[in-house]
Amino acid sequence: MTDNTLPTCLIDGEEVPFTPGQTLIQAATAAGKYIPHLCWHPDFAAHGSCKICTVKADGRFGAACTIEARAGMTVENRTTELDDKRRTLLQLLFVEGNHFCPSCEKSGNCLLQATAYEVGMMSPHFDHFYPDRPVDASHPDVLLDFNRCIMCELCVRASRDVDGKNIFALSGRGIKSHLIVNSESGRIKDTDFSAGDRAAEVCPVGVILKKRVGFAVPIGGRKYDVSPVSAQVGAQAPTREEA
Amino acid sequence: MTSELETAAHPENLRRVAIDHVSRVEGHGKVTILLDDDNKVHQVRLHIVEFRGFEKFIEGRPYWEVPVMVQRLCGICPVSHHLAASKAMDMIVGARQLTPTAEKIRRLMHHGQILQSHALHFFHLSSPDLLFGFDSDVAKRNIVGVAAAFPDIARKGVLLRKYGQEVIRMTAGKRVHGTGSVPGGVNKSLTADERAALLKDIYQMVAWSRDAVRMIRQLFEQNLAFYNAFGRFTAHGMSLVRADGAMDLYHGGLRARKADGSLLFDHVNYDHYWDVITEDVKPWSYMKFPFLRALGPDDGWYRVGPLTRVTNCDFIGTPLADKEREEFLAYDGGSATGATLGYHWARMIEMLHAAEAIKDLLHDDDIVGTELMASGPRAERGVGVIEAPRGTLIHHYRVDENDQVIRANLIVSTTHNNQAMNEAIRVVAKQYLSGRELTEGLLNHIEVAIRCFDPCLSCATHALGQMPLEVELVRVPSAGHFMTEGNPHGTGGTVIDRMTRNMRGVCERPEDSGSGT
Ligand code: SF4
Repeated sequence: MTDNTLPTCLIDGEEVPFTPGQTLIQAATAAGKYIPHLCWHPDFAAHGSCKICTVKADGRFGAACTIEARAGMTVENRTTELDDKRRTLLQLLFVEGNHFCPSCEKSGNCLLQATAYEVGMMSPHFDHFYPDRPVDASHPDVLLDFNRCIMCELCVRASRDVDGKNIFALSGRGIKSHLIVNSESGRIKDTDFSAGDRAAEVCPVGVILKKRVGFAVPIGGRKYDVSPVSAQVGAQAPTREEA
Repeated sequence: MTSELETAAHPENLRRVAIDHVSRVEGHGKVTILLDDDNKVHQVRLHIVEFRGFEKFIEGRPYWEVPVMVQRLCGICPVSHHLAASKAMDMIVGARQLTPTAEKIRRLMHHGQILQSHALHFFHLSSPDLLFGFDSDVAKRNIVGVAAAFPDIARKGVLLRKYGQEVIRMTAGKRVHGTGSVPGGVNKSLTADERAALLKDIYQMVAWSRDAVRMIRQLFEQNLAFYNAFGRFTAHGMSLVRADGAMDLYHGGLRARKADGSLLFDHVNYDHYWDVITEDVKPWSYMKFPFLRALGPDDGWYRVGPLTRVTNCDFIGTPLADKEREEFLAYDGGSATGATLGYHWARMIEMLHAAEAIKDLLHDDDIVGTELMASGPRAERGVGVIEAPRGTLIHHYRVDENDQVIRANLIVSTTHNNQAMNEAIRVVAKQYLSGRELTEGLLNHIEVAIRCFDPCLSCATHALGQMPLEVELVRVPSAGHFMTEGNPHGTGGTVIDRMTRNMRGVCERPEDSGSGT
């Protein structure tokens, strides 16, 4: 399988070929190997913010979406030590927002939920913040439920880099950070956002949602009901169409 | 009727007995009994801590999420809320007529819910009282005790419930918090395999449901005078009925029958339910008290649930349950139809009906159909009414042009039955507590009365069997500010004795409590 013209690194003891310049997560993804991640997406520039893809490369912690693969590099990925850290990061994300999976229409198609299942997160562990983040339902075709935003900025990147509209941005610092809509009113209806935009289908969690189609797919037929996230390497952040 | 007991004339001279956390009833219930120095009952009230905040939770949410999120309201019958909300949202999306597949899948889901909830209510929660006696050893008076003494009965109860849960899982996607019913239809029908799996056991379920009807009938026969008299009161009743007068637990028009048996209204379209019922508030309870408008707030309280449904309809559309209904109505000159313990008999007739209805639906090819969704002109207001296991359940929403719910009003069965449960408890308290020393067994009579109506007082979720019982004996201070406004639970007064019963049924007195009178 290994193309022996390419250099290789070792991820969890397995040889993974890469083309020079590829990051560890790009090389792993191309080889069908799963490195847990949230803010990374194969179609977009790395963001390096969620830290879920943290690996140990030659003994040092680093984000697999920002570390360039090097020949002979030894990478630890799905070790107990790293998955423990990932679980803690996920728990922090869960308590920072308002994530109630049983009544969320993104359930089963949600990368946050699927990743939590993948690393065996059984409880939120920390106290919930219960932030107050009102819904923006002003757009005729799209609902924004900020309760579930993990601030991965994928929508920011998609709107700016693909749609050329620059509709979303992060504002505030630290615990006050939140996603905003770039319009004078701050409302999505006062932008030229459209349900066909790339930014409308890139959200890995249940913030940017097409209206009136929630729960159309039965339990059992949703993206991560079919197989766990680790078995779907290369698949993009799920969209309703795929589901 | 005994409503003179609702408010005592001189509460300052009375002792208060509180049965806190009614055991084996889901949610928080507390019964306060004001006693005078001779242990004579002067005042009885059932306080229910209802999750009133839930309507506020729904406001602002997108309408399509509501049928899923409202399932958090109840740990025993989430499917009822799922379906009532779906029916309301059908009106929002203009689906006045569902596809045959959608309607039948929802009916299948609902009857699965009736089966599992009635089995749980009867076998797990009530049969211990009925089989061992209300005064029997509390340590044995639970489903584990039933399993030891009557293994066959316990086994049937467990398997009936499990079957109902399987019906729910296959129609809703999960046993709890499913998503099967959506505004305008359903998101799945049955696969051929699922249909075959359910068909395999349904005849057994019908047979066991018949056995269950026989069992409660025998219990009546063995204790006729006692069963007839226990907590007996007369009440008006309300339920949905089908256009031809048949029992219909999923859909129909509202019918109310006065206590004397005459019809007050019939086939009222529930999308204007407020024309016939309205809600009253009382200073001593968080719960609302709905009443029949035509009869007014004092006389208009009514009863819902199995006993009302079985007596209110003209017939049952499945043959075995219909025959059992006729026998129930005829039994001992109709005496059981007015007995509070008659709820259990009616409940088992309904369970049999649910099993038969499931059987019929499983033989209908529409349940494997592929036409799942319907739609039509959008509406602003949606009302969904369903006969939940414990009684009529009303969901009422307004949705704005942004698809957000701007108003929600839910009237759950417990609320409809609020006054009726108070009546039953008053009668029981008068019958069994007046002039006697308090015992755990006597207090349990009150719990038995509540359980006839409702295993699930607050529509809040608690693990089964984990609700401890606390009994408080309180002398109300002579200042007499019992039940003043802002003190709806009547927590004033001095605790002179307190008794707790933990989830294993062990009674003890905490050391810090007083030492009796
Ligand atoms: S809305 Fe979604 S895509 Fe955008 S930052 Fe939040 S989680 Fe990421």
